[in-house]
Amino acid sequence: MQLNNPDVVDRTDWDKMAAAPKFKDLMSAKKLFIIPAFIFFVVYYFLLPILVGYAPKFMATQVFGVVNIAYLFALSQFLMAWGIAALYVRAANTFDKLAKEIIETSEDRASGAVEGR
Amino acid sequence: MSMPLMMFLLFIAVTLAITYWASKRSAGGSAYFAASRRITGWQNGIAVAGDYMSAASFLGIAGIIAFQGYDGFMYSVGWLVAYLTVLLVVAEPLRNAGRYTMADVLAYRLRPRPVRAMASMSTLTVSTFYMIAQMVGAGALVALLLKDSGISYHAAVVGVGVLMIVYVVFGGMLATTWVQIIKAILLIAGTILLSFLVLAHFHFSLGEFFYAISHVTYHDKGKEVVQNFLQPGLRFKPPYGALDLISLGLALIFGTAGLPHILVRFYTVPDAKTARTSVVWAMALIGSFYIMTTFLGFGAATIVGRDFIATHGGTNMSAPLLAQSLAGNVFFAFICAIAFATILAVVAGLTISASTSFAHDFWAGVIRRDKGCKPGEEVLIARISAFVVGAVAIVIAILLGPTANVAFLVALAFAVAASANLPAIVLSLFWKRFNTAGAVTGLATGLIASIGLILVSPSIMAVDPPTVTGTARHLIQSKAWFPLENPGILSIPLGFMGAFLGTILSHEPSSEHRFNELLVRSNTGLGAEKVEAR
Repeated sequence: MQLNNPDVVDRTDWDKMAAAPKFKDLMSAKKLFIIPAFIFFVVYYFLLPILVGYAPKFMATQVFGVVNIAYLFALSQFLMAWGIAALYVRAANTFDKLAKEIIETSEDRASGAVEGR
Repeated sequence: MSMPLMMFLLFIAVTLAITYWASKRSAGGSAYFAASRRITGWQNGIAVAGDYMSAASFLGIAGIIAFQGYDGFMYSVGWLVAYLTVLLVVAEPLRNAGRYTMADVLAYRLRPRPVRAMASMSTLTVSTFYMIAQMVGAGALVALLLKDSGISYHAAVVGVGVLMIVYVVFGGMLATTWVQIIKAILLIAGTILLSFLVLAHFHFSLGEFFYAISHVTYHDKGKEVVQNFLQPGLRFKPPYGALDLISLGLALIFGTAGLPHILVRFYTVPDAKTARTSVVWAMALIGSFYIMTTFLGFGAATIVGRDFIATHGGTNMSAPLLAQSLAGNVFFAFICAIAFATILAVVAGLTISASTSFAHDFWAGVIRRDKGCKPGEEVLIARISAFVVGAVAIVIAILLGPTANVAFLVALAFAVAASANLPAIVLSLFWKRFNTAGAVTGLATGLIASIGLILVSPSIMAVDPPTVTGTARHLIQSKAWFPLENPGILSIPLGFMGAFLGTILSHEPSSEHRFNELLVRSNTGLGAEKVEAR
């Protein structure tokens, strides 16, 4: 139960790991996907309540028969959410590979110093 | 014996059998709190969906759409999109760096005692408020659904409360998980059936269905009204409707990722990759369900009609009444049983997250931090606190009574989760400078701002006509000071601000020194909690 007692491992080990090129690759790969994806979905989502709230006339414009922009835009949010989730799962496979390599090198190097429970 | 009662009893029998089976596998902390971390990705995904889709979504949303049309669908959208925050930001780091609660992640590099105490307080607030809302709703609903069986509101509240205590005290996380899985499958199955029947009613023509939605007829103050229910603006009206809608969106999008009963679910799987898979499964189910609220809500509006629903139990009965009018009493009983299962699964999830937080964060992490816990003590305390939390919820729900105005408690739970919990989790994971003082002030500011703003909002402060009596009346009979029902737009920035100011006004080098460790662990899964060996 050493999870909250990290003094078992030398502090400098963690700093070294955080500074290692592999770990930096992992972090930049993650940031490259997650930050744009997060910003995109937040902007796309909040367009809906903003337009519904401030431009209800425009949103009530009927496109297919009686079906209006408001309903279609709301439906598109579901596709957007599923689409981003699918893209993330694909991108995350790369993250998993990098993370696995980092764990393996650290276990080889420290063999026992890092508690491998 | 009435048909709904029989179906209720069948569900109770099955879930009690599961609880008995789970009770033999719930010895020890990891088994009791996290189902030994053996739940698979798809199982946990379904359980997350079962934990999340409350009676408020099933009965409440169908009712709001049936009465206020398109604006109700806005909730449906937010409730799914919110899972992108869970998926992209919190699920995996949380699984990598924690054991049983969200406070584990905070306690990693911050001073555990104050942080755990505050996080536990916030968790208990969110869980109990949310639970009281569910219990009052459950009691009113069960009494209504089973009114032919002579079961009163009080009996229904006690029944629901006792069942949830039994699941959690004896079956722990494993029983809770399976109750949630069964409920989610029932809910999705019932919703698909209902949607199919609605479409069949309109001869499988979407054109015909949507035409009916755009010409919903009902009576308002004796006059006949024909209204296009696809048009926005029937619920969120000027002058503050637009702001309230945005504020609601903020609370949903950022609050879901801070709901303790959702977060604990990610500790039940073997690793972060499985946590990710389970969010994706949950999104598939939750999204499908909320898309189908189109058929549930608009179906009730067009086929049953507002006038009929209003005189036969009110908005919450929209979905069951729709089932009755489409396929008769057996299907009505089935949908009622699903509503009952829905409530039980959600309150069980809330109870286990509240009791886990009390036992793990407050008892083991604050009170017994120096002495340490005896083996089994943490689980024992959790069982006792599950019992206490359940008993308190029963008593409060009975005191409030079936007509109490409690819908705001759900808004409050999301607001606290978004304004207190989320800033603390996100900043501790991503901001190196973040420290204990920042976490404590952030949690406190978010919590106080959410509660304070709700107290002076139209949910609590309003002038009722004299015809409204008892607990249905607003607590404070005066004009609201804060015009929005959802405080998120103000309380979330305040929560972040509190966390930021608390951090920069104090100095804590140890928290910065340990940032790299948390960074490496939360991103790689190095040293993460493993599956418990059999």
